[in-house]
Amino acid sequence: MTALDPSTLGLEGDRRRVRRERRIRISFWVAGMSTLAISIAIIASLTANSVTFLSNIDLDTLLTFDKWAPRIGKFDIATLFVGSLMVSAIAMVIAIPLGLGAAVYLAEYAKPRVRRVLKPILEVLAGIPSIVLGFFAIAWIGPNIIVDLLHGPSDFSLATAGLGVGILVTPLVASVSEDAMRAVPYSLREASYGMGARRFTTVVRVVVPAAISGIVASLILAASRAIGETMVIALAGGAFGEAHFTTNPSDPGLTFTSALASLAAGTDQVAGGGGSDAGQAFNSLFFLGLVLFVLTLLLNMVGNFFVRRVREAY
Amino acid sequence: MSTVGTTLPREITIDRSLRGKRLDVPGLAFQLGLLACLFACLAFIVLLLATVFSDGLDVFKTRGFVLSQFPHELGRALDETSTFLVHPHGIPGWITSALALLGVPWGLFLAVRARRWRLVMGVVATIVVVFVIAGFIGTSSFLSGNVSSSADRAGVAQGIFGTLVLAFITALISFPLGVATAVFLEEYAPDNRLTRFVQLNIRNLAGVPSVVYGLLGLSIFVKLLSGATGGRTLIAGGLTLAILVLPIVIITSSEAIRAVPRSLREGGYGVGATQWEVTKTLVLPNAFSGILTGTILSLSRAIGETAPLLLVGAVLGFFTTGSADLFQKFTTSYTALPQIVFNWRGEAQTDFAINLTAAAIIVLLAITLLANLTAVLLRNRYEQRW
Repeated sequence: MTALDPSTLGLEGDRRRVRRERRIRISFWVAGMSTLAISIAIIASLTANSVTFLSNIDLDTLLTFDKWAPRIGKFDIATLFVGSLMVSAIAMVIAIPLGLGAAVYLAEYAKPRVRRVLKPILEVLAGIPSIVLGFFAIAWIGPNIIVDLLHGPSDFSLATAGLGVGILVTPLVASVSEDAMRAVPYSLREASYGMGARRFTTVVRVVVPAAISGIVASLILAASRAIGETMVIALAGGAFGEAHFTTNPSDPGLTFTSALASLAAGTDQVAGGGGSDAGQAFNSLFFLGLVLFVLTLLLNMVGNFFVRRVREAY
Repeated sequence: MSTVGTTLPREITIDRSLRGKRLDVPGLAFQLGLLACLFACLAFIVLLLATVFSDGLDVFKTRGFVLSQFPHELGRALDETSTFLVHPHGIPGWITSALALLGVPWGLFLAVRARRWRLVMGVVATIVVVFVIAGFIGTSSFLSGNVSSSADRAGVAQGIFGTLVLAFITALISFPLGVATAVFLEEYAPDNRLTRFVQLNIRNLAGVPSVVYGLLGLSIFVKLLSGATGGRTLIAGGLTLAILVLPIVIITSSEAIRAVPRSLREGGYGVGATQWEVTKTLVLPNAFSGILTGTILSLSRAIGETAPLLLVGAVLGFFTTGSADLFQKFTTSYTALPQIVFNWRGEAQTDFAINLTAAAIIVLLAITLLANLTAVLLRNRYEQRW
């Protein structure tokens, strides 16, 4: 886009070169459009099976507030929605203070040498596979925090999963909002110091407000990641295959994602074999996927809108 | 003692006498709070590693590396490779043999003739390292054992194989396609509505949860294209992961390409190069380290993914690896390290649910953290050259 357009210069040289240029241009175009094909394939496969699912069940059963148990034909979406909401909310309660705190410290207080060491370590935390954090949630968070500290009934609960997801998305919050704060031009800080402001005042009243759209973006993207996170909840959520409707985070439960994963782990259901309920369970996978896709897409679009505003500001 | 809260930023130098004399209590408290947040993040890493190692290290102690067997196992790895290469396994096996027997020496010969000594050393070192690692893996019954229902014999060899092959297929597809797309977006595409839509679409694809890609793989690669992929195979799994990481590869490659200064391109055009020639000889070589970093990071993400593989049918539990033919391994049942972790975690016995799970996690972490570390080091080395 930034490149000059050499074809207007009339200096392309001989025909073979021109033809090769055109061939290469076309193949790059095809590669570029392949991403559109992926989106179309995702939407098509999700909606096709979701339509089959929705046309084969009584729509009233989607909101019965009793249980999600696809193997016996109970498809209560509210159970999963509330589960997802609780896990994401707990995750954000952890990730917002920790992530923002770490970001402000790295961007405004840390010496360059300290920052060069600490930032890669935080990025290592971001690179830890989610299943490993799931194991950590069961092996450490469950017994030590949920049971000992908060006197929860069991190691396995939505709260355990939420804390695990919180640790998982903290580096995302930290890294995106740190970038946003470092993008704030130094002249703003200098003006603030020039007025006699302390560093604390400068950070809170000048830098953070200037970077607010990037910070909001980091939070929205983290929330979207938390909703889409699967394995931590599948391991630590405590429910497998089915879950009762609950609004208590210390109960075991399922989210959209962990319902998908646990349904898929019973391979016979995914193959679409068995009775009619099993077939419906297979189709319900895609319905869950569609709901998840739409939810995260909306969040991501809002998040990306804020990220773009940061770029345009300075 | 009053300097902590009011230290001025390093860019501004002001006479010390201008700093406040009063202790800045809220500022100090704020800074300490921030530091606490940062240390909490770091503490979680330490705690996580401590938990995993305290549970899993026993497995490596009892069934770990028997160093006295190392020469024997190294010999066996060499032996198996040579039998595999010499023995024709049908046409695909024949092709791999021919490629390995002729391609590698031919490539080395060309590199030597062109005096690309670093390339030669890199290839030779890679081969040596691979065989040494294979030898070490052979000396541990945990690393070289198959998935089993008995905790004494269960091992992660099938998982390591599956994970490495999946990463290889993922890289093979997502690297060229991702870089080509990034080149298209940054160098070729006109700034119109379609291009902006494609860019928006890529950003959105990057945020789609990984399970959804699993559903895509299930309906397209496992069901629709089962003739080509063979259903629940490594190929279907690798294709799914490739599509999963493609947006990340595109975004990081785009950033690397954008960082190449415009003057370089203009210099290229100035000497009469075409757009492709400028891209090939100036843009891509200068953006290469950035592209490589992004690709390695996305590969380490692919290695750790569990949910999509659950959907596209990596095996949970016991299965036989079948014959030694590499081609057949690509088209039969497979598993990967995260799948083994997930499966063992669900077992009732403590041996499996805690010790073996933690040991498998150590192997998984070793692979992903090594990949991440490589990427971070590469990036730090090549950062801000302009």
